[in-house]
Formats: sequence, C-alpha cells, structure tokens
Amino acid sequence: MHRQKENIIKSLFFLNGLLVVIALLGIFLLLLFNALPTFKDVKFSEFIFRANWNPSAYLESSYGILSQVVSTLMVTIGSLIIAVPLGIGTAAYLSDVASPRVREIAKPIVEILAGIPSVVIGFLGIVLVGPLIAKATGNYSGLNALNGSVLLAVMSLPTIVSLSEDALGSVPKSYTEASLALGGNPWQTLIRVKIPAASSGILAATMLGMGRAIGETMTVLMATGNAPAMPKSFLEPVRTMTATIAIELGEVPYYTTHFHSLFAIGLVLFIFTFILNLVSDIILHRYEKRMRV
Amino acid sequence: MKYSPFSIKHLQQTFGFHFLRFCMGVVILILIVVFHDIFSKGFGIISWEFLTTAPRKGMTEGGIYPAIVGTFYVTVLTTIFSVPLGMGCAIYLNEYAPDSKLTRLIRMSIRNLSGVPSIVYGLFGVALFVELFNLGTCLLASGLTLGLMTLPWTITASEEALKSVPRSYREGSLALGATQWQSIRTNVLPYAVPGMLTGTILGLARAAGETAPILFTGAAFYLPFLPESLSDQFMALPYHLYIMSTQHHAIMQVRPIAYGTALVLIVLVFLLNLSAVVLRYQLRKRYRE
Repeated sequence: MHRQKENIIKSLFFLNGLLVVIALLGIFLLLLFNALPTFKDVKFSEFIFRANWNPSAYLESSYGILSQVVSTLMVTIGSLIIAVPLGIGTAAYLSDVASPRVREIAKPIVEILAGIPSVVIGFLGIVLVGPLIAKATGNYSGLNALNGSVLLAVMSLPTIVSLSEDALGSVPKSYTEASLALGGNPWQTLIRVKIPAASSGILAATMLGMGRAIGETMTVLMATGNAPAMPKSFLEPVRTMTATIAIELGEVPYYTTHFHSLFAIGLVLFIFTFILNLVSDIILHRYEKRMRV
Repeated sequence: MKYSPFSIKHLQQTFGFHFLRFCMGVVILILIVVFHDIFSKGFGIISWEFLTTAPRKGMTEGGIYPAIVGTFYVTVLTTIFSVPLGMGCAIYLNEYAPDSKLTRLIRMSIRNLSGVPSIVYGLFGVALFVELFNLGTCLLASGLTLGLMTLPWTITASEEALKSVPRSYREGSLALGATQWQSIRTNVLPYAVPGMLTGTILGLARAAGETAPILFTGAAFYLPFLPESLSDQFMALPYHLYIMSTQHHAIMQVRPIAYGTALVLIVLVFLLNLSAVVLRYQLRKRYRE
C-alpha cells in the first residue's frame, strides 16, 4: 500500500521532470509546423540567401532574411567586442584584485545590472545613447547598429562577468601556487596561468552572452532604427531578426505566407541559440571534468 | 622575461591591475548613469495621481494605474504556473532522478529553455495558447507564456535550495523507516522551501519586466478599464514604456510619462529583488542559530 503510493508520487515527479523536455520539443515542433508553409511560396534558398525582405510588396513580395541575419550578427559581434574585454577584466578584478569586502559590494552591482528590464535599456538607447552618437557622428539620428551594440553589451555583461568569474575561481589552487612559487607575480599568474587555464570556461561564458545578444528583442527594436536593408556600416540603422518579428507579427493577417515566414525567422533564431547553448554546454562540461582532476 | 629586473615586472602588474580596476569602474559607471538618468528625469512626474489614475487625452496626460495593475496580475499568473511545476521538477532532479541519459536530457533541456529568446516564447505563445488552445490574446495566454519562460529559472533556483539541505537530514529520516516521499516532505522541503521562494522571486522580477512574450499574447496598447477576467486583455508597464517611447503620436510630449513609467518599472523590479535578498539574509541567519 505504502509502496504503491510511493511509486505513484515518484512517477508524478518524473512526469513533471519530463515536462521540460516536452516543452523544448514542443517549442521546436510548433515553430517548425508554423514555419513550413512559408516554403510552399518561397524557395528555401531564397529565404536564406536573399537580402530583400518585402513581404507586403504590391506586385511581388520577397522573403529574404539575409540582411536581417547580417544585422543580427553585426550588433551581436559589436556587443561582444565591447563586452568581452570589459567583462573578463571585471571578472579578473573580482576574483584576483578585489578584497573580500569590496567583492561583497561589487558582485551585487553586477547582479543589479542583470535585473534591469530590456525595455528600460532600450529606452535609454533612445533618450541617452542615441543623442550621444548623433552628436559625435554628426548624423541626424543615433539609432543605428552602434547604439544596439552598446546596449547589448550592457545586457550581456552580467552573464559574461559572473560566468567568467566562476571559471577563474575554479582554477585549482595548485596552478596558482606553482606559478607564484616559480617567482611569477600575481599579474603574471593571472595572465599566463589562470586565464589560459580558465579559457574554455570564459569561452563558454562568451557564447552564452552571445546567445543572449542574438535573442534580445526590445533593446534592438527600440534603438537600432529598423531599416530593412543590407547594412553597410555600424552607423547605419539595421533591422535584426528579432525586431522584424516584433514589428510585423502585430500587423500581419494570420495564416498567410507572411505570418508563417515570421515563424520561420523564429525557427532560425531558435536554431542559432540552441547551437550556441549546446556548444557552450559541451565546452563547460569538458572543462569541469578537466578541472576536477 | 625570467631575468628581467623586478621593476618592469612590478610596473606591468601595477598597470595591469589598474586596468582591471578600470573595467570594474566602467561597469559601476554604467549602472550609475542608468539610474541617474531615470531617477533624475522620472522622479518629477511621480505623484499619487500618476500611480492611481488611468491615462487620459490620448495617453498624453494622466497616470499609469492600469499598467501597474496589469503587470501585477500577469506576474501573479506567471507565479501560479511556474512555481509549482518548477519546484516539482527540481524535486525530481535532486531527490529522485537516477544518473541516467534521460536525466541528462532533462538537464540539457532546462539549460536550452533558458537560452530560448523571449520573442520566440512570444511566437510559441501565439501558436499554442492564442491559436491552438483558442484562448485569444488575453491575460491567461500571457501568463502561461511567461510561466513557461520562467520555468527553467524556477527549476534552477529551487534545485540550489534543495542541494543546500544536508544529506544527513534525508538519511536520518530514511533510517527511521520513513518512505522517501515522507522524508522529503518532512525533512527536506521545510528547509528548502524558503530558499526556493527566494530564488523564485528573482525570476519573477525578471518576468515582470519582460515585453516580447506579452506583445502578441495579451498586452494592450490602451484600455480604459482594468481586466476583469482571465480572458481580458491588459496593459503592462514594460509594454506601456515601449509604446510611450516609440509608438505614441506625440513622443516628445509624453517623454516625462515614459520616464515615470521606466522609474516605476525599475523600482518595482528592484523592490522584488531586494525582498528576495532580505529574505535570503534572514533565512541564513535563522539557520545558523
């Protein structure tokens, strides 16, 4: 009797655990089923490799997402160029320079940064970063790829800092002690021993930060200007994949090719972030294994 | 390098460490700039009237009361969907799950779910809740979408809390003849639940500030009344801020309202965060005694 009840409870919890697998699979399948009808009207190669996105054109609509993919990658890479050095530097400061007391105060500051809603960051892109860029470049508007990069850097900083700090913290003490015993000073130990030893953890952190940046919607929607053309420089407005979905899903009639094509963009985003997560997962897993030995 | 004089080595270190301090300084500066801008420009418009009345005259005047209420409702709904399921999943993973391929698959799914872009959750919400379940765009559909999005965060936070309960608590109970569920219920959960709640609050604070998942599942541009049932649309603070700063017909005129909305949103999120931190601190103190 008791055992039966135990087994029932256990299987209920098991089903609950299985729910997350079903959810992930469900997201993928629903995206796929809603995306597939796109390719009845649009050739897959055109969808991926054409830069012209104009679904509501009067005569011949076109569904090429290349310019959006390039825009997304542009703001993402731009944000990494800012956030990675800054993030690793901050992580190294927290793990190697700051006194325990300073660390107690500084770590929550990074966490607070992570708590700011993306729509607020986007708002600041409009009212603060945009005018600054406009003034510096002499352009009429500061809503462009550079603005998006700066904001996304702010958004992905907390991820990069806290994961890089974890990676630096899990470098075995014996490594540092060996370096110090051989006459290296703390700086040399950090640069030549700890950071190389933690490099795969830092790489994983960077990839997770990149995943965040690729999928971020509100900040880029508000701050990058949203011109659906192939971007030529960081000072031009761009329109990312996420922004396209956010702009067009509200106006599009349901179950048209245009509607389905937005799900196809969602599917591309899903696959991008899925691969990034998976790879960083594998890197982290290997890294933890090695550090344990 | 081995034979270089001490001073160069030392100089390198001094410069290097200053560079690291500079990095930290930039991060702090970013935070100060963000808060200074929002507080200095948003504080002036905050009044009792701003917090307790609806927008008026094409949203160029009046307050943000419906948006506050809407955000409150949708966050409560998110909690109802996300917390029990998240805790259950964490209990399974930490207490029951064997070290198997399936368990690893579950863990991998959780990590991947937390990496899925918020706008993709929005698409999923439209496809499943709004269309397939035929709920339409409403409070319930948004709550379900946000509930699913916060699920991985709730699981991770709950598992942390379960992990911090010493093994001996479980073993003592099992040794006395209690079944596994009995020992979880009486000897693990009472110690873990407070920690679970703390972590959960942090996740909900993030959910309260999310915009993309509610854009197409239930949030409304403007509603003169408060939502009365789960099948009503609602106004929400983050969406209101988005509207006021990009979609409004008189953007410069309503800028103060946008600043005020941003301030209220930030304060709300940080009050939630703060309550979680205070709760965690209190609990730690109690356990140490």
